[in-house]
This record gives sequence, C-alpha cells and structure tokens, in this order.
Amino acid sequence: MSARAIWKASLRFGAAEVPVKLYSAVQDRAVHFRLLDSKRHEPIKQHMVDPDTGTVVDSAGIRRAYETDEGDLVILDEEELAKAIPPESREIEIRRFVPHEKITHAWYDRPYWLGPDGEDERYFALAAALRKREVEGVAHWVMRGKDYVGALRAEGDYLMLITLRRAGEVVPASALPAPTGRALDERERALAKQLVAAMENPFDIAAYHDEYRERVVELMQAKAAGKVVKFPRAQIRKTEVDLAQVLEASLAAAGGKERKRA
Amino acid sequence: MPDRDDESVEQEAVTRSFWSGTITFGLVSIPVALYAAHRSQGVSMRMVSAEGTPLARRYFTTKDDRELDADEIVRGYEVEKDRFVIADDDELERLAPERTRDIDLRQFVDASQIDPMYFERAYYLTPNGQSTKAYRLLARVMEETGRAGIATFVMRTKEYLVAILAENGILRAETLRFADELRSPEDVGLPEPAEPSAAAVKRMDREIGKRLETRLDTKELEDHSADRLMKVVRQKVRAGEDVVHLEESEHERSSDVIDLMEILKRRLQGQTED
Repeated sequence: MSARAIWKASLRFGAAEVPVKLYSAVQDRAVHFRLLDSKRHEPIKQHMVDPDTGTVVDSAGIRRAYETDEGDLVILDEEELAKAIPPESREIEIRRFVPHEKITHAWYDRPYWLGPDGEDERYFALAAALRKREVEGVAHWVMRGKDYVGALRAEGDYLMLITLRRAGEVVPASALPAPTGRALDERERALAKQLVAAMENPFDIAAYHDEYRERVVELMQAKAAGKVVKFPRAQIRKTEVDLAQVLEASLAAAGGKERKRA
Repeated sequence: MPDRDDESVEQEAVTRSFWSGTITFGLVSIPVALYAAHRSQGVSMRMVSAEGTPLARRYFTTKDDRELDADEIVRGYEVEKDRFVIADDDELERLAPERTRDIDLRQFVDASQIDPMYFERAYYLTPNGQSTKAYRLLARVMEETGRAGIATFVMRTKEYLVAILAENGILRAETLRFADELRSPEDVGLPEPAEPSAAAVKRMDREIGKRLETRLDTKELEDHSADRLMKVVRQKVRAGEDVVHLEESEHERSSDVIDLMEILKRRLQGQTED
C-alpha cells in the first residue's frame, strides 16, 4: 500500500526545477498507552484550568504568552503570533551543495522521501548527479507555517530530504574538552584496536529489533488473557581491574567466536 | 571496587544526566553518564488566561466531568476496542533483563556506513568512574579507526538502538531508528527508477557545480521565525504592554538556566586522576 504525500513542491536551484511530492520516511511503531480513570478503566479527558479559580478555560479563552528570563510573561495576540509565521511557498530552494561529510550526524533530524511529481527524468537525473558528486544540497523551505532547513540527498536511486537542527541546538564536540589523564599505554591501545577489529562486521541495521517493545505487547496480551507472567532474572557480573588483562581475555573470547563461525 | 548500583537515573536537575550506567566493550566496563547533545532553541509559549494567569492541565472523567487526582490515573493498553489492560510501571521495568540495561558493544562498524536517515538524537557520554583510562582508550581507538560501536539497551521503559561514536576524544551515543521504523521507497509507493539520459544528468551536474561549497556555514541554520517573534516580544516588554510578572513559584524556566555546555565541560574535565 502506498503512503499519501504530505506536501507538494518544486526543488529549485539556478535553472533547475524538479517538482516533487514529500512523504514521511518515519513510521511510528511505539507502544501507545492511554490515560485511564483508575476506578472505571475508562479513558479520561484533559482541560486547561485556572488554578486560582478552579474554572475550566476553553480553547477560545486561552492566550499564549512568552516567558522571559526575568520571569515576566508577555501575552501575544493572534496577529503578533502570526508575525512568526513565514509566508507559504511551494518552493524548496537549494542554496548550495556540500560534500557528504561536511554535515555531521548530530545535525540530522527527520527524514522525508521525495517522489517525482510528473517529471521523472529530471528527478532521477538529480539523484544520479548528487550520487556521482557525493554531495548533498542545503535546502530551505516553508511547510505548514514553519520554515525548515534540510539536507537533500541521494538514497540509492531516490531523493531524500532530511531536516536539520537549528544553529545553537547542537552542542558540537569540537567545543568540548576531552577527558584527560595519564598517557595511554601502547600495549593496551594495540590490544583495544585488535579487539575492535575482531568485533567488526558490515552494518546490517535490519538485524536489530526492538525486542523490548515486542515483550511489552506480549505482556499486555498475556494480562488480557488472565495469564501469569514470568519476568527474566537478573544477572550479576564481576567488575574487572587490570585493563590489559581484560583486553587480552576479551580478545581471546572474540577470537574464539571468530574461529567457530569460520 | 564499588558495585554496579550506579544504574539509577540521576534525578538531580543540576547535573541533568538522565541516565548513568555502563558501556561494556569485550570484558571492559566503562561507567558513563548520558547528557543530551541537543538543546531546544525554539520559542516555547505558555498557555495563560486572558488576565495572564498561567493555566494548569487537569484531568477529568469522561462521563461526569469529575476532576481526577494524579493517583486516580493509570496507563492502559487497548487490547481491543474499548478494552484496556493496565500497564503497571514496575512490571514494565522488570520486563528488561538486567543485561539489557548496559550498553554492551557487541559489534563495530565503519561509522560512514550508517545512513543518516537512521539517526534520531545525540547524547554525550561523560566518564563516571574513578578512572578515565578505559573511556579514553575506547574513544581514541574508535576515532583512529573510524569505527562506531553498535548496541541496544533499555532505558526506563523503552529500548534504544545506539551507535557509539568518538569525536575529539569524546564518546557520543546516537540513538538510531530501528529498521521497521523507516519506510522504504516501496512502502511509500515511489515509482520504479527510470534511467535518466546522460544529457539530463549533465544539466543537473552543471547547476550543482555552480553552487558547490566546501563547508556548511551554521549561519544558514539560524531560525528566523524565532527571531521575528522575539522582536515582537522585546517591543512589548519595552512598552510594558501585556506584561504580567510571575511569582517565583510560577517560573518554569528558572531550573533551565544552567548551561548544558558548562555542565558537559565540567563533567568531561572532572576526573583527571589515574
């Protein structure tokens, strides 16, 4: 079953224009709980209440206010709030292209698939060109009253747009001091390197599952059926002291597994 | 040596670490604390009455609109329409075997192989034991080899898939989306790829070439919507228009004043013996 496009726009840079449809690439798999009344086990509702008078304030009576650092509230009306809303547009402006590694992981926020909207050749040509150059575009757009910055990337044959976090939202590692201490021991470093190499595999993300989520659903189903649920037992592990010795033991264990697999 | 009871979530607002536990790498244990690498910069608004009284969210029964106290509210899982099973927090926590509460690195991968679409949030790991040696060793080796460690672990009542990366001598955990949390092009219903003509690719390539830069300027990531709103706020504060002074107890931002960067600096530099 195909998903519904959430937005339509055109990618634009210089003379290039590529009409696209935007789809969320993320699907929610979280286990959702509802808030219930503990006596009747019925869903409950929420209201905003004036704590001084105890009266419920309906949505028409609610105002928005900004809290300043000094502890003042500044009440803003609809017109003032609207000043923060950028004008609607159907354009995704690509201002520049940068090599892949120039946008570091911490900036990426939420991915969206882009699909062609009537101009398949231009769409696939742009994906091919991005892939060949190993670059991504820095995109700006306004969607549903909010402005976004994103990275336009080729994912296989397709285009993907990943929203980026805003300046100031990411604390860069380069601005932080690394922990210090006595110089590292060369032998330990060599052993650690070998251990990392022994535990290295090509990355297959599909091999990892959210087992806990599955267990939560199982527990809920079991309780619904009136079954008694057993819980896994805790394990106790020792803390090791000599780092080189522990690394050697780890390496032997990792090596052993390697041989068995071969 | 102290045992592993340091696993409890640190509640202290001052440190704002919301998890502390152990990274294991082979048989090596590295006690760490987790701190958000992101901070919210958006302009968040509070809901107030027309007179400027901050409003509180309260819960009511659906049938007779009776207000409920916190201890009269439980969480339920809907097994079928309108039929709920109560989710007990203790039970949910006991569902995680103890070993899954550690970040056990059982696989290392080429860090550049992890597709950016999987990254969800980043956290810094700060050393939490008497010694920083094992921490520094792992960070150094991963950074030198360009490798990332992969693990799953359970924090509170959720399982996380994380990539542990090293940069600038500091370990970072990036939570990853599980494969089934992402749609594929087929799931979305994108059309079969069509081979574009060489001329069409060349036209795109030429336009890309004209706009090629060597780095990302973070100026480009500034949030102008927030700036516009803050301008209105400042004007109103100056004019003293629609400004309500809050009682000390009503402040929401007071505990947030401590700068995340300062906390991280302190925590990373804190332990220098060994």
